[in-house]
Amino acid sequence: MSDNRDAAPPVVEATKISKRFGSTVALRDAGLVVRPGQTHALVGRNGAGKSTLVSILTGLQQPDAGRLRFGGRPAPRINDRDGWRREVACVYQKSTIIGSLSVAENLFLNRQDRGRAGLLDWPGVRRRARELLATYGVDVDVRTLAGDLSVERRQFVEIARALSFGARFIILDEPTAQLDAAAIARLFSKIRELQAQRVTFLFISHHLQEVYDICDTVTVFRDARWIVTAPVAELPRADLVAAMTGDAGGLTAARERPAVDAAATPTLQVRDLIGDNFAELSLDIRPGEIVGVAGAGGSGRTELAETIVGLRRPASGTTTVGGAPVKPGDVGAGLAAGIGFVPQDRHRQGFVADMSIADNATMTIAGRLGRAGLISRRRTGAEARAMIESLAIKTTGPELAVRALSGGNQQKVVMARALASHPRLLVLINPTAGVDVRSKEFLLSKVDEAADRGTAVLVASDELDDLRPCDRVLVLFQGRLVAELPRGWHDHELVAAMEGLNRHV
Amino acid sequence: MSDTATAQASQRDAPDPPPRSGRRPARIRFARLRDLVLVPAIVGIAVIGQLVSPVFLNRDNLINILQTMSEIALLVLAQTLVLVAGRMDLSLESTFGLAPGIAAWLTVAAGAGHGLGVLSGVWSVPITLLVGVLVGAANAVLIVRFGLNGFIVTLGMLIVLRGLLTGISGGQTFFGLPSSMMYLGTAVWLGLPASVWLCLALFAVGIVVLGYTRFGRALYAIGGNADAARAAGIRVERVLTIVLIVASVLAALGGLLLSGRLASVAAAQGNGYIFTVFAAAVIGGVSLNGGKGTVFGAFTGILLLYLIQNVLTLASVPAQWIGALNGAIILIALVLSRITSGKAQD
Repeated sequence: MSDNRDAAPPVVEATKISKRFGSTVALRDAGLVVRPGQTHALVGRNGAGKSTLVSILTGLQQPDAGRLRFGGRPAPRINDRDGWRREVACVYQKSTIIGSLSVAENLFLNRQDRGRAGLLDWPGVRRRARELLATYGVDVDVRTLAGDLSVERRQFVEIARALSFGARFIILDEPTAQLDAAAIARLFSKIRELQAQRVTFLFISHHLQEVYDICDTVTVFRDARWIVTAPVAELPRADLVAAMTGDAGGLTAARERPAVDAAATPTLQVRDLIGDNFAELSLDIRPGEIVGVAGAGGSGRTELAETIVGLRRPASGTTTVGGAPVKPGDVGAGLAAGIGFVPQDRHRQGFVADMSIADNATMTIAGRLGRAGLISRRRTGAEARAMIESLAIKTTGPELAVRALSGGNQQKVVMARALASHPRLLVLINPTAGVDVRSKEFLLSKVDEAADRGTAVLVASDELDDLRPCDRVLVLFQGRLVAELPRGWHDHELVAAMEGLNRHV
Repeated sequence: MSDTATAQASQRDAPDPPPRSGRRPARIRFARLRDLVLVPAIVGIAVIGQLVSPVFLNRDNLINILQTMSEIALLVLAQTLVLVAGRMDLSLESTFGLAPGIAAWLTVAAGAGHGLGVLSGVWSVPITLLVGVLVGAANAVLIVRFGLNGFIVTLGMLIVLRGLLTGISGGQTFFGLPSSMMYLGTAVWLGLPASVWLCLALFAVGIVVLGYTRFGRALYAIGGNADAARAAGIRVERVLTIVLIVASVLAALGGLLLSGRLASVAAAQGNGYIFTVFAAAVIGGVSLNGGKGTVFGAFTGILLLYLIQNVLTLASVPAQWIGALNGAIILIALVLSRITSGKAQD
């Protein structure tokens, strides 16, 4: 932190920014100063105003009041998209990739190379796309349709695109929410390379550990206000959490769990299951037991969970829930057998964004909420209000569209849907992705409660916080079971197993 | 700087790995194939046609097929542009009748029919195209500016425009069209009807525009994800306005060709065409949800439908049965293109 660096005008300086949406105050006299070369973390719980600030910083929304300057100059006019893009590039939480177009075209959309006669030079576009992806070490065929990419690769393409605009200030809005550990490591090493080239980052994340890993300065927002800005070295974890929540504390240590009755008949029995990306897996989960399935991306953990709930069809093998075999590859049969699940990508599989909380949360149990195939609005509403209360969903009422909720509350709706049917088996895939620390803790405590009622729980995740409450963790590596860790493992043990460093069972 | 970063940096300095020869060419072939899905079907129909009647592959018969489909093919081209951009325009079939209808109304001499005869015949073609522009602009104002649902707007427009044509014509047919209106529908250039040349040329332009210009790619981007397109700096509203106007002008031009060929404008000109137009586009691989499909595919779609109709006529299938068979053919073609493309249709 040399003096001349502080003397240069800040890359971005937002002062006294206020923004209201109807009766909701999204930002109140908020400010942010990011200096050149910094990697600046912006943290806060869901609803603290981070997303609104990002859309103001990127020119997608105009503040009601306040001043915004880039490098000492006033912000471009709101319609001057090119002007904004030269100042700031952003990788948004919501994908801005067009699935029906190729990767190459997505990268250079509306700025494709033109050859003779002003026609597009497709070989040139593809060559530039290949060069761009190679620069950032993204191994994706540029001819692939972007919609066919995995979440991780799609996001990498987006990051590469944001960098390619040449802006020296890049906002990463929860870039790691849907990435696995290896991909995060690649992203971080890329960020470090760019830090060396004096690229400035504003990094938004719910993972406080990431803030300490990668950022040098942190700003905390709470309840639409700026709370504190400090070098991360001077703000210990407990103080940071206190600033975010208004009280002290972190993720509480996993509480003691009652011993699982080893003699009980397993709720879930999987035998020699072979499916996409995994082979010959067998596992049992007993009533009240929480079993983690850990593994890096491509380890087959997500595919295994999706096969158990019926989203994917296995090549062979059997799944039994409560003693009765479940028809493979049939979500309806899975639900009927008593499986509740939280899918990996809540936006794609978790909810219908324009439908109300009530309709989303009761989607799996609509058959029970009325007679003769009709759905009773009254009972739907009552059921939904009970869920909103039990999961502490922040909303004005059950009729609000899920689209209007913050990420953490959306995930609670997905969890509510999974719990609505009082399942015998609960399958959770990355249940706390993109969720703030308090909501995370809350969601995990709900999992605990379900287990206490005798539900068998399977948690497929690479998030250590998700796996900590598990009675045991099965680790997959390249589709095979490589380790089984009882409760009380050390972080490095699990991470090493997930990375395939100690292959013993 | 961590070890991983250095490792990556050194990896980048290494020369590019050779392309995985097993995968890439396969993808290229697949991508091209999607466009050519209907070609085997077209060849198959040609073989069947030749077996049914030796007349089928006659030059005159083939030209006849191309000429009778040239007018509706322009509607297919227009609809394809709109569909790719994620909208739909039902009113095209009414524009197809109304545009030449208004031109005839204003230029046909007053007397026996409903003509007003207020303008000289040389104005007929410009008037036809102008009506196309105005209808497209009206659609654009309602859909793009006021954000109304495109399906309902153009459905309403379909009914209004049809009613206008019935109104000005008194439900009758305009005859005695000025010679400039007849020219494109009747002229022969280098041994082929002018309408065939025009149709092929416009499709060629369509292929180039949608495949090789930023404007064309913007249509795909808007149809795929309008927010992402906007974030990429595409002026979504402007592009949609242009495409709606171009589509209506193409429809007007198609109507002009038909009126010229038949030397008349019937009050029902274009009535019911829109179903065949949608069927051809979808069979040709254009998605009703936007963002997918090509102009070439749409062309093979309409060509296939007209070849089959021709074969049925040559096989002396009673005219009363042609309608039912047409519907069945559309369904079969959809099933076949689903099987060959291997993906669910949207």
